Amino acid sequence: MLSTKTIMDIETIRKDFPILQRKVHGKPLVYFDNAATSQKPKQVIEAIEFYYKNYNANIHRSIHQLGEEATAKYEEAHQKVADFINADSYQNIIFTKNTTESLNLAAYSLTSNLKKGDEIVISQMEHHSNLVPWQQLAKQRGLKLKFIEIDEDGNLDKNSIEKNITKKTRIVSLTHVSNVLGTINPIEKITKIAHENNALMVVDGAQAAPHMPVDVKKLDADFYAFSGHKMLGPTGIGVLYGKKELLDEMQPFLYGGEMIREVTFGDTKFNDLPWKFEAGTMNIAEGIGLGAAMDYLGKVGMKHVQQRDKELTNYAMKRLKEVKEAKIYGPEERGAVISFNLNNIHPHDVAQVLDSEGVAIRAGHHCCMPLMSVLKVPATARASFYLYNTEKEVDVFINAIGKVKKVFGV
Amino acid sequence: MDSIESMYQENILDHYKNPRNSGKIENASVHHHEYNPLCGDEIELFLVIKDKKIADVKFHGKGCAISQASASLLTEEIKGKNIEYLKKMTKENILELLGISLSPVRLKCALLSLDTLKNSILIFEKYIGR
Repeated sequence: MLSTKTIMDIETIRKDFPILQRKVHGKPLVYFDNAATSQKPKQVIEAIEFYYKNYNANIHRSIHQLGEEATAKYEEAHQKVADFINADSYQNIIFTKNTTESLNLAAYSLTSNLKKGDEIVISQMEHHSNLVPWQQLAKQRGLKLKFIEIDEDGNLDKNSIEKNITKKTRIVSLTHVSNVLGTINPIEKITKIAHENNALMVVDGAQAAPHMPVDVKKLDADFYAFSGHKMLGPTGIGVLYGKKELLDEMQPFLYGGEMIREVTFGDTKFNDLPWKFEAGTMNIAEGIGLGAAMDYLGKVGMKHVQQRDKELTNYAMKRLKEVKEAKIYGPEERGAVISFNLNNIHPHDVAQVLDSEGVAIRAGHHCCMPLMSVLKVPATARASFYLYNTEKEVDVFINAIGKVKKVFGV
Repeated sequence: MDSIESMYQENILDHYKNPRNSGKIENASVHHHEYNPLCGDEIELFLVIKDKKIADVKFHGKGCAISQASASLLTEEIKGKNIEYLKKMTKENILELLGISLSPVRLKCALLSLDTLKNSILIFEKYIGR
């Protein structure tokens, strides 16, 4: 059945995700916690299983058939990611554990040669993973950390951007899409401002890469970080894209096996890109799984994923606005994330009642405690969508909110 | 947990919406504030302790239904009790008061009031009531 609005065949897509057949508390699962992690299609699950059943081996230095097959597939996954974000080459693509590790790599390596008083600019809406590394390294290295403020709608305040990014700024690190507010930040514009001030631009793409076409050349960002598990891939595999001339100059973040070319008792020559940044035995199966996820999303087409997200989010916004007790946070124009509260009902209680109806959402501070303090709430409930969700599921979600109201008598 | 109705049963919702012993005590023997930053649950507990017994108790808090109902139930339970007994209270006592079973995540909500009580007594014994 073809949806009337999109050319994606949702029913066919849903059949690829075995978990969507599952029941929770006797009700069909409605999975609206995609900003935390996405579900996995059988193509990804099978790629991992096939690796372990048929060519499991350590990569890069195995002089045997299995090792060669595993190495080829693992390296090919880098190329698939490069193609996915329009990077020049697999050499721009470093595999890590997740976005957090990618941002730590960038933060440790990029701040290592900064001087006391140099400034780093982030924003009030950053996830802890794009805040705590900079905050702690700033403390250790005597750097100054500044925050771009958000306006009432939950967008980055334009004046605050201009005020904070100056000639003293060495690094700007911003989220592409907010995991709480859904705000889509104008990364291309801000990158220009950063570059005009000779600052480097780092982007946390954890909530963007899974949901929209990302073109690192167009954005011109120097670094772009994201996680495999939020975009149909397995956990344990993340990506840091970097411009080659910068990566070449940078000090590695983790030292050990594989990242070396030659080691003597006194010194080490580092390996070529990207392996210079991939120390020790990596998550090979997960890397191959991410390759399969890239294939899947590539086949659907990110433009279609983006359009589907938009339809679902618009519909959910419309339905949630009909609930007069619901307060929605963030701007109108947004990614596939809706944070909300229902009167004074604590989000944990909201999530618990929704769970009893099979609806999985997230409740809490979403790893954004400083942002919660700006919003002046301890926590929010958050529903987030992905390509396999349906309008019918949104209706189930809205009905379940009716149940929350009934249980708590509001 | 059998059903959501059993978790948010009448008793719990009643204590959540109409907390017993709600308020503050001006001249409390000890008052102590505990906070769970992960979910924003807060309990401030005021105790009047006479002859090692809880002569009066009030609390002030905000947060989820489970954390606030458990605080309300606990204040009812401890009035008149000896602090030696209170020091021995465990999570089982709280679950018995609530009359439900909880997942590990929600257990933290339920136990915030007990933590607040135990720390209040610790502070009282260490600094005040010696």
